Formats: sequence, structure tokens, C-alpha cells
Amino acid sequence: MADNATPPAAPPEQRTAAIEMVLRRHGILPDGFVGEFTEHADDAWVTSNGARMVARAWTDPAFHTRMLTDGTAAAREMGFEFPEHHRHLVVLENTPDIHNVIVCTLCSCTAYTIIGAAPDWYKDLDYRARVVRESRTVLREMGLDLPASTEIRVWDTTADTRYMVLPLQPPATEGWPVEKLATIVTQDSMIGASRLDEVKG
Amino acid sequence: MDSLHDLGGKQGFGGVKYPDLPHHETWEPVVRALSACALRKHLYNMDEFRHAIERMAPRHYVTAAYYERHLTAVATLLVEKGVVTHEELETLAGGAFPLAGPIGPGRLPAAPQSFAIGETVRVKNEYVPGHVRMPAYIRGKTGVVVGISPPYPFPDAAGHGMQAPGEPAYDVRFRARDLWADSCDDAMNHVGVFQSYLEKVGED
Repeated sequence: MADNATPPAAPPEQRTAAIEMVLRRHGILPDGFVGEFTEHADDAWVTSNGARMVARAWTDPAFHTRMLTDGTAAAREMGFEFPEHHRHLVVLENTPDIHNVIVCTLCSCTAYTIIGAAPDWYKDLDYRARVVRESRTVLREMGLDLPASTEIRVWDTTADTRYMVLPLQPPATEGWPVEKLATIVTQDSMIGASRLDEVKG
Repeated sequence: MDSLHDLGGKQGFGGVKYPDLPHHETWEPVVRALSACALRKHLYNMDEFRHAIERMAPRHYVTAAYYERHLTAVATLLVEKGVVTHEELETLAGGAFPLAGPIGPGRLPAAPQSFAIGETVRVKNEYVPGHVRMPAYIRGKTGVVVGISPPYPFPDAAGHGMQAPGEPAYDVRFRARDLWADSCDDAMNHVGVFQSYLEKVGED
């Protein structure tokens, strides 16, 4: 293949429109699908879903156990949904001595209906290449300087199991109501790029 | 296939661009929706979609943004499935529409065998020309099973549109040092490994 003879691609807007036209012509794309899908994704697949699960796990020991035993069932119990191919949600609990961090080195898989659409940094080639091999260094560069005594557990989303991190509850938030706790749980903390250490009472 | 999508442990990359900078490309959510629509209508499955991305020309893959890769995969699959020709697509797009490279044969799963939590297992030393979800950094490496998934379609078959019997994937724990010797940070690396990619380790 003569790469240097390849003409530049049409702008992505035009190529996207071409695909849309083909799907519409073949009766594959229903009228209004793009708008409805986008609205549903933006409204229903949000970080606050996972945040509410985390806050409930912090305050409800029975739910905490259920969430660690069967994350899929725990999410469904709270009314959250999964796409067809996400068949198993595994919840990884951080402790004072263990820190979990998630990646997808082969593409950019995430439990997006539970923690929200993956951030750009998670899809970055640099993150995918480096966090498996240089976990401590990459986390430090991202602002999370873990003590040498902390065991880092990296989870590569190579199969259709999806992972989310259950962060440690910041001590300063002890006794807060569950609704308030949910507001401090960030997407980064459920991926493992943060430990919510910055949260003060 | 050993292509550039298999990034885990590759060196020479730079700092992660963190936190995100705001960006609003209006075509990106459209691509997301179109791809979801085609997937729901079973024009292709997730493994075929992932494999189409993996087959992109290496130069295209590494320079393409996330949704550029999705756009290329959807277009490639629509052409391969006979929904549209490449020429028609380029006419509609008003210019070149680069597609991924051609697809080769897939493969069926290995004879069933099961592994238990706590069992030491080895990843087979296999070189698969088609779709495979075994990252190269664990090829031939030994680890311990820490989790078992429900059955998923075997990706090496599903990615090629073949009937894919379900099999579990095992969360296998490796020591980073067993993967990259002293050229890594100390960590426990977990990978979701399909049953067919694993073999028993004999008792010594």
C-alpha cells in the first residue's frame, strides 16, 4: 500500500453524514434515533449512578456486601441499566493499604452506564500504554502520590467484565447523610485516579 | 492480531493529558448514536466492531481520535456486510473515506477446561492473526485466578461473525515484575483472560 499516495480523508462531519444517510436509506436508523439516544445517554448514564452506589455502600453494610458480591445485581437493584454486552460488574474495594485502578489497554471499555462516559484521559493512548507498567508513576503524575507501602492493583478491561472502584470514605465525612455523600464521589475516584483525599468536612 | 491497538506496556509515551480539556465536536455524539443503532440492529456485534478498529492502518490508528476510530469501524463493517459500497460512501462523503484493512479467518474456542479461584494458570504462547482479547504483555505468562465471569461469546470467533459459544473469562493476577522484570513499577496486574487463552500449570 502506498500510504503517501492516499488522499486526505473527507472531514469527519461529512463522513458521519454519509453513514447516517446510508443507515436511514436502508431503514436501519429510525427517525429521531440520534437525538433520543444522545439525550438518554446524557441523562441516564451518568457518574451520579455509581456515586449513589458508593455512598450507599458506605452507609448500608448489607448493600456494601451485596455490591462486592454481585455488582451487576446491586446496580440493577438501584434501577441502573447495562448494555447487552456488559454482563458482569465487579466492584473493587480500596482499603488504606490497597489501591485499585482501571484501564482498558486494547480499546477504552468502561462501565459507562454506571460511572458515566469515559473521560478523554482514560481513552488517551498514553494512559492505556503506561498505567499497566508504570502505575505508581502515572498516578503520581496525575496528582495521586501513593505511599510506597500501598499495594497497587491494576485491572485491564480486556473481557466483557466491567469494573468500578469503591473508594474509601473520607474520614471527615463520617456521619453525613447518603445524599450528601453521593455528591463527593467523583468519576476519577471510581476509576482509581483519585482517592477523594481532598474531601474535607 | 499484534497491531498498534495493543498498547499495554509500550514505552515512549508521554504524560496523560489530565484533567480533560473541554471539547465539543458535534459529529462525535452522532457517531456514537449511529454505532449504537447498528449494534442494536445486530448489523455487527461488539467484537466485530472492536476488530474493525484493530484492523485500521497503523498510521491511521495512532493519529485518529477516539470517534474517528469508531467512524472508520462502522463504515468498514457496513461495506463488509454489503450494506453500501466503498465508492458510494466516498460519493456521499464528498471525498476519501479511509476504511480498515481486510478481515481474515477467525477461530473456534479450545476444548473446554475449567479453572478455580486461587489456581495458578499460564497464558498460552499463541500468536493469533485475527481478533483476540489477550494483550501481548501477558502472552506465555503465569498468574493466579482471582475471579470468574459468566460466559461471554468467544471473541476470536464472534469478531469474525462466526457462531461463538460462550465461555467464562478469568480475572488473572500477575505480578508486574513477572511481566516486565525490573523495568516497571511494582504492582499487581489483573487481566480478564478468556478460558481458551489459558492452560493448566503442572504441579512441580
